[in-house]
Amino acid sequence: MTEFFQSLGMSYEWAWGLATVAGILLIALPLMLAVAMIIYADRKIWAAIALRRGPNVVGPFGLLQSFADGLKVFLQETIIPTSANRGLFLIAPIITFTVALLAWAVIPFNSGAVLADINVGLLYILAISSLGVYGVILSGWASNSKYPFFSALRASAQMISYEVSIGFILIGVVLFADSFNMNEIVKAQQGHGLGIVNAFGFNLLLFPLAVMFLISSLAETARAPFDLTEAESELVAGYQTEYSSMSFALFWLGEYANVLLMCTLNAVLFWGGWLPPIDWAPLYAVPGIIWLFAKILFFFFVFSWVKATVPRYRYDQLMRLGWKIFLPISLIWIFLISGYLMLTRYS
Amino acid sequence: MIQLIAFYLFATIVIASAAMVIFARNPVHSVMWLILAFFNAAGLMLLAGAEFIAMLLVIVYVGAVAVLFLFVVMMLDIDFAELRAGFVRYLPLGGLVAIILAAELVFAVGAWSAGGVDLAARAAPVVSDKSNIQQIGELLYTKYIFLFEAAGIVLLVAMIGAIVLTHRKRGGVRAQNISQQVRRRPQDATRLVDPGTGQGVEL
Repeated sequence: MTEFFQSLGMSYEWAWGLATVAGILLIALPLMLAVAMIIYADRKIWAAIALRRGPNVVGPFGLLQSFADGLKVFLQETIIPTSANRGLFLIAPIITFTVALLAWAVIPFNSGAVLADINVGLLYILAISSLGVYGVILSGWASNSKYPFFSALRASAQMISYEVSIGFILIGVVLFADSFNMNEIVKAQQGHGLGIVNAFGFNLLLFPLAVMFLISSLAETARAPFDLTEAESELVAGYQTEYSSMSFALFWLGEYANVLLMCTLNAVLFWGGWLPPIDWAPLYAVPGIIWLFAKILFFFFVFSWVKATVPRYRYDQLMRLGWKIFLPISLIWIFLISGYLMLTRYS
Repeated sequence: MIQLIAFYLFATIVIASAAMVIFARNPVHSVMWLILAFFNAAGLMLLAGAEFIAMLLVIVYVGAVAVLFLFVVMMLDIDFAELRAGFVRYLPLGGLVAIILAAELVFAVGAWSAGGVDLAARAAPVVSDKSNIQQIGELLYTKYIFLFEAAGIVLLVAMIGAIVLTHRKRGGVRAQNISQQVRRRPQDATRLVDPGTGQGVEL
């Protein structure tokens, strides 16, 4: 895009700056729209599984429900508890929201269609997702209230625990792809399964990692069945209890943007990203971004499906799953994968 | 041009937030300033072309170490008046440490500019077209493999030591045995009885 702005007769610096801003807007604005629609979709799927109608009043089929909700919270008054720590109380939702947007910079939407094509893309995602803890833990502490604080402690312990196994799972992918660059990882998946299937998940050595990554991403985004941070029967609304108006809306948007990000990561890392599912020439006529969106939507459907059907974990069970099951298995899998690669690829 | 602006932006924020770590009254605010300092230090690393180190800095320090700090600071019940009361008492010791540090800095700069040990030449980076990660990987797993593994063993020992030191066996806790619970069948736990009229059920 820099070349396009340069062709309009700008110097390289200005063209680069404008191209970056345009790229950011091109990702962030559709993402916000997608978040609004995905909240609607989440409620609709949940309702369908529970044999209800879901939102169906605002607009045709209730399509405008999220926008109506957004307008409602926008018009509300921002309430700051008197004994809250004002600065941190207001910064916390901003951190959550910003961090949820930041990681999208390295997601490849098509061959070469990526805002920042850096060669440490996957590490960048790990770094950004480790920042997500701060929004939650700060909101819990700054609210100066018991329920949010308990929730913040739970959430940060949960996120840190699952980040460990996510890190090991990603190393498995990196070993096979031989790169940390997201685009390279997608390209390495071309014809990976028996020469026809474009997916790492089709590999028997990587399939268990794909399943663990899906479950870990549920835990990382604190979605059901791991939504102990917002367990309404115990903690009212968790760390969001004291929030209202736009500061609440920022949490809301950030949470769903994170869910979308995790769905995208599942699609990009294990199921071929913007590649069509089968390595067959006519399928490449469909633009890659459509394949990617189809995969993201599929994983979002799985997320909603799980939310509607699975009961909530108990906290010690959650920790047991993270530390005693996922961590050892992913660690052993790293040995298996590197041994296999040493035997087949590097000997 | 843009590199220069970025450098001065990151450098100023690092120094300012590092100062705020000390000057902030609230310890939680201190930790937040520390995180900002880490973050901008990572930005400086990026400018120096060490993107791998920059990402590791964020993952390890911001993502793990600072979270631990924050946990500890939030849990502690800190009395600010008591904290400030100790200021005069620790002033001589603190002053001594400050003087030693300042003297060391002066000596270090002096030795470096004298060029006796030729450190400056060794620190110059070798220009290569390979990415950061590949270079570090090749060095770590070939030339420095034994040092690398020794560091790994030290970390392992430290980890086991920390677990052993903090591990306590508490009596009277009814732990859950998940595999036992999964193995349990309905016929082990329940039975169907059909008692006649007037007869009870034996428990």
